[in-house]
Amino acid sequence: MDGIHDTGGRQGFGPVRYTQDATAFHEDWELRANSLYAFAVRCGIFNMDEYRHAIERMDPRHYLAASYYERSITSLATLCVEKGVVSREELERRAQGTFPLAAPSAPGRTNVAARERFQPGDRVRVKLDFVPGHVRMPGYIRGKTGVVVSESPVYPFPDAHAHGVEAQDEPTYDVRFRSEELWPNSADPALVHVGVFQSYLERAV
Amino acid sequence: MGNEESVVRRTASMEQRVDALQEAFDKRGMKASEAIDELGHLAQEEWIPQNGARVVAKAWVDPAFRKRLLSDGRNAVAELGLSMPRHHRHLVVLENTTTVQNVICCTLCSCTAFTIIGLPPDWYKDLEYRSRVVRESRSVLKEMGLNLSAEVEIRVWDTTADTRYMVLPERPPHTVGWTEEKLAGIVTRDAMIGVARL
Repeated sequence: MDGIHDTGGRQGFGPVRYTQDATAFHEDWELRANSLYAFAVRCGIFNMDEYRHAIERMDPRHYLAASYYERSITSLATLCVEKGVVSREELERRAQGTFPLAAPSAPGRTNVAARERFQPGDRVRVKLDFVPGHVRMPGYIRGKTGVVVSESPVYPFPDAHAHGVEAQDEPTYDVRFRSEELWPNSADPALVHVGVFQSYLERAV
Repeated sequence: MGNEESVVRRTASMEQRVDALQEAFDKRGMKASEAIDELGHLAQEEWIPQNGARVVAKAWVDPAFRKRLLSDGRNAVAELGLSMPRHHRHLVVLENTTTVQNVICCTLCSCTAFTIIGLPPDWYKDLEYRSRVVRESRSVLKEMGLNLSAEVEIRVWDTTADTRYMVLPERPPHTVGWTEEKLAGIVTRDAMIGVARL
């Protein structure tokens, strides 16, 4: 989905709020939130793609205003409710207030049937796919051409894995793009490497 | 009394929402409270940048290890007793040189090799870093205190799949003759993310 989470290349955000050796956690509940989510993964309640997608399904206004660990808790609660572990009513009764959850999911999709194998040095184009469900193609590479650097081991296909759809595992290709081609006349010169699933790619002529 | 529908209910605080989930798990006999103590310990005491620092220091002093690390990071870090979650099937180690600066990010969420380089800092997960570092890398690094000369090529690595990355910083020239342990002491998480040089 072309969601608010797809931040790469978006303009308007200010300086990074950088401090040296910054911590991951600022409050006790953040550490507990992180541990609860890891616990749920360990219990097999959901997989990482389902978890990421439930964050992406948050209302955009909620997503932007929420801290990182609020997004994590929203995803965890949404998936627990959707999978019948606990009802929203029970969560809200225990929390003594409303418990905002993410919006329902669109259908997922399986792999592309005719997937091509690429070699380092091959020029590839990211397909012009518009996917309603989970997808790990950042919008800034859609339709763009790059060069294959290497092939990864096979991974579950996220577009299917986030939705309980059957699919084969497939590799990602480390594809090298030039920032000046991703954002012509509007980027600092750099090489941008992205791990792109095989189903998202076609050979560039 | 009164119509409950007409009552405007406030949004539960974050503490209340976390408590509610934890209680709901516990009530089902899932023993969440025990598990979160253990997982909290892992997050704060085990998944720390000192792991990656040991890897970097060894790569600096042991050319054969460096070669194995660059060709198969996951197996190489296992030699030091370090593990990665099952779904992180691949660790790619990115070697900085005097003319190449690698920097890692995750524009879609917050993915990192957290068992090796530590859990990502707050700014790594913020919208500012995620949105800007792929497009304005040199400007962002400069704002963060890393002012690279024009001949340094910047390579940004966006963690969009379950391949994980870590940067192998350049060994500072003044460390000749140092022990591996002393070398590990100067390697920072931010250098392994690639927003700082040593």
